[in-house]
Amino acid sequence: MTADELIIATCLKAGKIMVENGSEISRVDDTMMRIAQNAGVISANTYVTITGVMMSIQGRNATQIMAINKRTIDLEKVAQVNQLSREFAASAIDLPTLHQRLNTLDAASRSFPLWLQLVGAALVSGPLMIMFRQEIVNTWPTVVIGTLGYLVFYLLNRYLKIKFLSELVAALIIGFGAEWAVQIGWGTNVNDIIIGSLMPLVPGVPLTNAVRDTLAGNFVSGPARGVEALISAAALGFGIAVVITLS
Amino acid sequence: MNIIGQLILAYVAVLGFGLIINIPHQALNLAGWIGTLTWGSYLIVQAFDGGVVFGSLIGSVGIGVLSSMAARYKKMPAIIFNIPSLVSFVPGSQAYQMVRNFALGNYRQAVGFTLQLVMITGAIALGFLLAELLNRLIAFCTLRWRLAHPDR
Repeated sequence: MTADELIIATCLKAGKIMVENGSEISRVDDTMMRIAQNAGVISANTYVTITGVMMSIQGRNATQIMAINKRTIDLEKVAQVNQLSREFAASAIDLPTLHQRLNTLDAASRSFPLWLQLVGAALVSGPLMIMFRQEIVNTWPTVVIGTLGYLVFYLLNRYLKIKFLSELVAALIIGFGAEWAVQIGWGTNVNDIIIGSLMPLVPGVPLTNAVRDTLAGNFVSGPARGVEALISAAALGFGIAVVITLS
Repeated sequence: MNIIGQLILAYVAVLGFGLIINIPHQALNLAGWIGTLTWGSYLIVQAFDGGVVFGSLIGSVGIGVLSSMAARYKKMPAIIFNIPSLVSFVPGSQAYQMVRNFALGNYRQAVGFTLQLVMITGAIALGFLLAELLNRLIAFCTLRWRLAHPDR
């Protein structure tokens, strides 16, 4: 690999990891340019969208594209790329080491285990239900059904790999679970239980990134993320609407 | 007591969402505090009858400014702090009531909730814009201050 190729490969790898794991576009752009500048390239061009990253070095025969097919949410990886880029800028590591570290990071699986995510889902659903509805009677059903809904979403998303379908099924499970909890007398209010249980599935990252990308002037990626958030919200809404219509 | 309870719940909820989207462990506590502080400012607006929309605007401005400060302090991307702290401001209740009323055929109420949803979401987006403006202003002022007092 020549020096130019290594620079481009490193920048593209960093960009790919960041987009795949839920960073906003302007930060990806910034990080790639910083790595290129610290590697000694002054006039690099990057073009980042949420489905692919491109980079070229002006005046030299070096341009490459990296496609991005899957997108998950793992902000720890984004922070780690940021950290590696800072270390490279401070000359603590050299370019081949950076490239190798990025490859290791890309291959690593999620560092937060499933049970911790389930604890997170439980912590989100119960407290938010109390905050929104100002009542504590339905807390335990909300916590249990919210955790169950997130578990269903996680497992389906892992094996089916269709995010919107997983959200739809999770919403169905949450809706029927809430109806069931009220029917056996465990909870008292279906609406409150559903509102709380849905909160862990809210598309917070796409929504926030859609706003930030659009405001930063990335009119390709911002609206695209907005559509992603909208379809997720619609999938959750359809699931709940089916339950409400049936019961 | 009720207000203190709400603040504790806001902290817990932000922590939970941080666990779901896997933010670094070192950032969890700070993100929780940002969520607590901004929910406190929302509650203050509510206490003066400011309404949900204005409360969300103030909250999201606070989230934007505080996250950027936290990002500079911890040397991490700002989204690590502002996505989890935003979770208490998500209009989940209104979104659910909109879907429910559409499904039941109560279109008049459903449209009312849709408008509320659009207003709140718009307020949050506007809040981020204002926060960006404030962040630039703060950065500019610190730069000028550093240039004027190079010895500190």
